[in-house]
Amino acid sequence: MSDLNKLTLADARDKLRDGSVTSVELTEACLSEIEKAGALNAFVHKTPEIAMEQAKAADARIAQGDAPAMCGLPVGIKDLFCTKGVPSQAASGILEGFTPEYESTVSQNLFDAGAVMLGKLNMDEFAMGSSNETSVYGNAVNPWRRGNDDAQLTPGGSSGGSASAVAADLCLAATGTDTGGSIRQPAAFTGITGIKPTYGRCSRWGIIAFASSLDQAGPMTKNVRDAAIMLEAMCGHDPKDSTSADLPVPNFEAMLTGDIRGKKIGIPREYHMDGMPDEIDALWANGREMLKDAGAEIVDISLPHTKYALPAYYVIAPAEASSNLARYDGVRYGHRAKLAQGDGITEMYEKTRAEGFGHEVQRRVMVGTYVLSAGFYDAYYNRARRVRALIKKDFEDVFAQGVDAILTPATPSAAFGLGEMDDADPVKMYLNDVFTVTVNLAGLPGISVPAGLDHQGLPLGLQLIGRPWEEGDLLNTAYALEQAAGFVAKPGKWW
Amino acid sequence: MSIDKDTAARVAKLARIKVEEDALPALAQEFNTILGFIEQLNEVDVEGVEPMTSVTPMRLKRREDVVTEGDQQDKILSNAPDAREGFFAVPKVVE
Amino acid sequence: MLDLTYETPKPKVIAGAKHDWELVIGMEVHAQVSSNAKLFSGASTKFGAEPNANVAFVDAAMPGMLPVINEFCVEQAVRTGLGLNAEIHLKSAFDRKNYFYPDLPQGYQISQLYHPIVGEGEILVDMGPGVARKVRIERIHLEQDAGKSIHDMDPNMSFVDLNRTGVALMEIVSRPDIRGPEEAAAYVTKLRQILRYLGTCDGNMQNGNLRADVNVSVCRPGQYEKYMETQDFSHLGTRCEIKNMNSMRFIQAAIEYEARRQIAIVEAGGSVDQETRLYDPDKNETRSMRSKEEAHDYRYFPCPDLLPLEIEQAWVDDIKASLPELPDQKKARFVNDFGLSEYDASVLTADAESAAYFEAVADGRDGKLAANWVINELFGRLKKEDHDITESPVSPAQLGGIIELISAETISGKIAKDLFEIVYTEGGDPAQIVEERGMKQVTDTGAIEAALDQIIADNPAQVEKAKVNPKLAGWFVGQVMKATGGKANPKAVNDLVQQKLGG
Repeated sequence: MSDLNKLTLADARDKLRDGSVTSVELTEACLSEIEKAGALNAFVHKTPEIAMEQAKAADARIAQGDAPAMCGLPVGIKDLFCTKGVPSQAASGILEGFTPEYESTVSQNLFDAGAVMLGKLNMDEFAMGSSNETSVYGNAVNPWRRGNDDAQLTPGGSSGGSASAVAADLCLAATGTDTGGSIRQPAAFTGITGIKPTYGRCSRWGIIAFASSLDQAGPMTKNVRDAAIMLEAMCGHDPKDSTSADLPVPNFEAMLTGDIRGKKIGIPREYHMDGMPDEIDALWANGREMLKDAGAEIVDISLPHTKYALPAYYVIAPAEASSNLARYDGVRYGHRAKLAQGDGITEMYEKTRAEGFGHEVQRRVMVGTYVLSAGFYDAYYNRARRVRALIKKDFEDVFAQGVDAILTPATPSAAFGLGEMDDADPVKMYLNDVFTVTVNLAGLPGISVPAGLDHQGLPLGLQLIGRPWEEGDLLNTAYALEQAAGFVAKPGKWW
Repeated sequence: MSIDKDTAARVAKLARIKVEEDALPALAQEFNTILGFIEQLNEVDVEGVEPMTSVTPMRLKRREDVVTEGDQQDKILSNAPDAREGFFAVPKVVE
Repeated sequence: MLDLTYETPKPKVIAGAKHDWELVIGMEVHAQVSSNAKLFSGASTKFGAEPNANVAFVDAAMPGMLPVINEFCVEQAVRTGLGLNAEIHLKSAFDRKNYFYPDLPQGYQISQLYHPIVGEGEILVDMGPGVARKVRIERIHLEQDAGKSIHDMDPNMSFVDLNRTGVALMEIVSRPDIRGPEEAAAYVTKLRQILRYLGTCDGNMQNGNLRADVNVSVCRPGQYEKYMETQDFSHLGTRCEIKNMNSMRFIQAAIEYEARRQIAIVEAGGSVDQETRLYDPDKNETRSMRSKEEAHDYRYFPCPDLLPLEIEQAWVDDIKASLPELPDQKKARFVNDFGLSEYDASVLTADAESAAYFEAVADGRDGKLAANWVINELFGRLKKEDHDITESPVSPAQLGGIIELISAETISGKIAKDLFEIVYTEGGDPAQIVEERGMKQVTDTGAIEAALDQIIADNPAQVEKAKVNPKLAGWFVGQVMKATGGKANPKAVNDLVQQKLGG
């Protein structure tokens, strides 16, 4: 059978179980695609030996009738996840050569469910970025192009490698993480599905921290059903993470009925941004109609503090990052700068961190340092935490009014060209997250579903935001939207 | 609020990131752009609003007072740039 | 039970060149929590392991590692708070204190700046019988200890050991209510005593399990009273903080030096800089750590890896119900129930083991006699061999047996000391030893009379002298004791001598 790498998780699972394909075959198909896709720069540490070993083990399990949810399914793992014995460096020079002695809870959960790891995926350094241009490994590249234009486009970020790899069928699915939109924005840019679950659903243990109160892992997949399957395997209570929720994980896939009759979908008026491309507006209106046609009730809602989400985020995330990244000091792991005669410990810190961190990471660490420093803490950090409380309350208020989910665009534009934003000021890049970042601040689940193409033929996504812990319901609404949108486009293979 | 070169230098020092003297003005400018963006928060009426402590409130998890990890000097040191005689080695710290 | 009453001691006064000065001292004591595992990890707290052996991945701040709090450490902090009559905060929170140092792997210490677990309490600091200083406790918070940097193993490098990293500490912060070097040492002694009674810290200062930062300022007489009235610090002098003291002797010497240094500055028309200082015991002086301090801006903020710590009142009540009797109560009870002097009661309650030993000895016996024997004979003998009470070769039952033999007048006090020595070195049941070795006191007046008659018959000249000078009767008593091998009941001998010679 050809094109095994193009299968969805669900299809591959069914074929594995009915014996028409083996995990070894699936894995080999993916590995061979990965070898041919160097131009995408999606996989940055390949693990074919581990993959083949896991695939054989999976085939043996399946033969014995013991096939857990992800058994034998080859996936990619974002470089932010610590994987035992495999380089894990958050796409940063400062973690050069770092090989963890431990396995992140999420990747372990996937392995326990039988998943096969193909390798580690490119990303923005420490997940700080929206275009995968801050990676020490170089840019990941979007498999999509603007018509016949061969300009390279960004797959989005920070989970750019994951998005690129899934969109280009290098793997069946991939893990991502999302601090301000890092799953949903790249999913939208590459025509795939990505869900960030409720904060606390996935354990953060073993995921290299960016901003602890915002970071969440989630799956990046070819469709909503796959997202349901993989999310269920990834999440669950973890006693090693104090912020992990001790709640049962429902069977998300079983909740995909496509029936959303009577559901109340909110359309937040504050998400109409000045200067937003007409195509995005049209996509959004289209989404609204599709959900209405499926039997949902559409209501206009207000989330009055939306405008302040990005500025609050750009206080809270850098503040937490400045502290979380203090451990990269050249003492216990990773890069240590070569020192000059007479250099002491302070010089070691300063040179190591200047050499090891890229420009964007340095900038955010310093902004975070500034907003926490003496005299500014209340004016910046505490004020941002208060605004965050208001943003969360905005959502609580509309949910209290009976709204089941909120529909918004996923991004303010389609994928842009790599290098196009080089001369823009950093704030302009931050605006990529304008629709997604509120969800992180409020700790809610959010999913991006591909819903159409723009005039250049690039995919666009819609975002659905759900009630806390109701990922199952959210996935079902997304499933209905996906069926109505009927998005089937794939990028033309040029790599 | 405007950040000057000296403030940028102080912040870089606090963050232990070496920034060359000639890069400071541009850095200060970037800070100003970002902080200018953040200043929007001053428009929000936060009177009486408690700063958020946890986005998904729950009871803080506890562990029992049991030794579950240890005897792993090798694993602790395995990634060290410079380990000697069971210790991490760093340039001399002058107290 | 009656509480004991105390007078407040006079503050220490130092005469400067121009004026008299008083001292004002506040302390921050860092006490290592007694627990098996660290505050946020499952690594052992044991002292003396191979370097970097007792280290969990989270202690080494490996990427992606997360803290989970050890509930027993919280319980220990609550227990300590209750032991210091302090307010327990049912809701507290953890903050990060950010700074770079090689033995601080995370680049921050998890501590409790904004919402500590324990609020205001107090300690009664004993300054001798009938005299004590009440020192207010401002707060107690839980925090992580740092690792250890070793600077003398290599000329160019410092070596870092993370075994201690993440061990739970309680920082116990007092108000500036301590008024002299002796009071400061007494404060640490009393705090240590209470912590040891509670079992929340072993108080081992040598290993650094108890160490103190001392804030010292000086003021003119009368100023402190104004401060106490208003709680306005402007009435007091500028303070300096002497860091990391782990010996009672050094604490006193450092305070003494620092006070005199400050007095000299102020009297010369200068002003004291608020700063952190280090005590150098070799030179007996304090020196500034100012350069270090200037670089510090700790950027405290709530630790986003942890939620606020909420505890239940019922849990606190359970801990309270399980508190042991504390030194002040025990001392008062010993004074009231056993009729001991406050001094003796203090000695016996210095640690819980001594007190328990004494109570076992005194149980159903003469309390005062028991106190005398425990303090004078047992403690003296143990001290000679540098043993503590837990190493005593004499059990409370054995010492109690000796005391019973004394009370029953079976043996004399002198013989009792010999018996104690035998029990101490050889062991055995005191009553049986007395029986077997014929150490019983002779109370049979017939035998004593026969011995006395013989002595009278042998010494007619002495008899004549004694008739003139009654003081010579003592000579006859001594001769009878000698003749009976010390076993004659001294009172019976006395009575008979009086009878035969005095009449």
